[in-house]
Amino acid sequence: MGMAAADGQFHVLAVDDSLIDRKLIERLLKTSSFQVTTVDSGSKALEFLGWHGSERNMFNETSISPKIHQEVEVNLVITDYCMPGMTGYDLLKKIKESAFLRDIPVVIMSSENVPSRITRCLEEGAEEFFLKPMKLSDVNKLRPHMMRTKFKNENEKPEKEEIITIGEADSDMEKIQRAQSLQQHNNNNDNDDDNNNNTKRKSMDEGLSPDRTRPRYSDLTVMSN
Amino acid sequence: MQRQLANMKQTLFDQGYLDEQFIQLEELQDDANPNFVEEVVTLYYRDSARLIQNIEQALEKSPLDFSKLECLMHQFKGSSSSIGAKRVKSECTQFKEHCRVGNADGCKRTFQQLKKEYATLKKKVEVYFQFARQIGPVEKACRSK
Repeated sequence: MGMAAADGQFHVLAVDDSLIDRKLIERLLKTSSFQVTTVDSGSKALEFLGWHGSERNMFNETSISPKIHQEVEVNLVITDYCMPGMTGYDLLKKIKESAFLRDIPVVIMSSENVPSRITRCLEEGAEEFFLKPMKLSDVNKLRPHMMRTKFKNENEKPEKEEIITIGEADSDMEKIQRAQSLQQHNNNNDNDDDNNNNTKRKSMDEGLSPDRTRPRYSDLTVMSN
Repeated sequence: MQRQLANMKQTLFDQGYLDEQFIQLEELQDDANPNFVEEVVTLYYRDSARLIQNIEQALEKSPLDFSKLECLMHQFKGSSSSIGAKRVKSECTQFKEHCRVGNADGCKRTFQQLKKEYATLKKKVEVYFQFARQIGPVEKACRSK
């Protein structure tokens, strides 16, 4: 809590085509002291992020000046997976392919527990994958992702200990993982790609990142589907 | 009175109408957002009415467009899950399953069941909220002491 107060509020962009789920996620995020903007589609999300249609990936020629005009800083994007038109996965891809947006952590929500879907999203660069409906305990896990990026941008070294205790880690394993990835981050300050790879590799090594999704799996065995 | 309200809620849980998600909603309610649960539930009713109508229309077509039906039901299941409407949600799951295997009769049967469950839930939740509203002011007075 002290950390958040010192840094000011984090701003989360929530994307979901369901009005009810937007209301829910907004309340969840505000309860956790985040600033929230909700939009109902991936294209509106990109608009809000200041992504311009003419911006291409680095392989295309573009004469656009590399200065993106983002009115409001967004510290995290949380998006539903299943949306008409642009899915959450499509949105994730566009964000990660954009030179200006790719540092923004993205988190995916889905009402369905499909392992291949989860893997795909994590491989594409999503920080975490949550099963709906989201709970407060899930939202508590968002803060470390935002802090990691914010500190990188401000070139400050995060205090590892505080970050680990913020939010609820489901297991000691997760605490150790976070400490390790933070350690890695501190060691390779300029190399955020490396960091991402490390996190991804961890997920792959553990097979569908069981630590991250374990609580959700156990939830799901109760709710027969 | 408080205990009566608690018992009402407990019954709704015991009978499987509501699940833990409803409690999550209540936990998000506070003095700054005192009507949060009712607001969400009201949105749910509105959304559900629209979906039920759309599904009804889709079920009248011949042959049935199962993928459209599954899509509509996916939305219904999602919102039901978000408010903790356990029984309605499980009917949605069944309906989706019928869609997946192209069982038209199954869809129609399950839909009737779903409408029944939805109507029952709505009635019970309305009673619950009404009661909560009645004892609400008393509760606040006690708290301010």
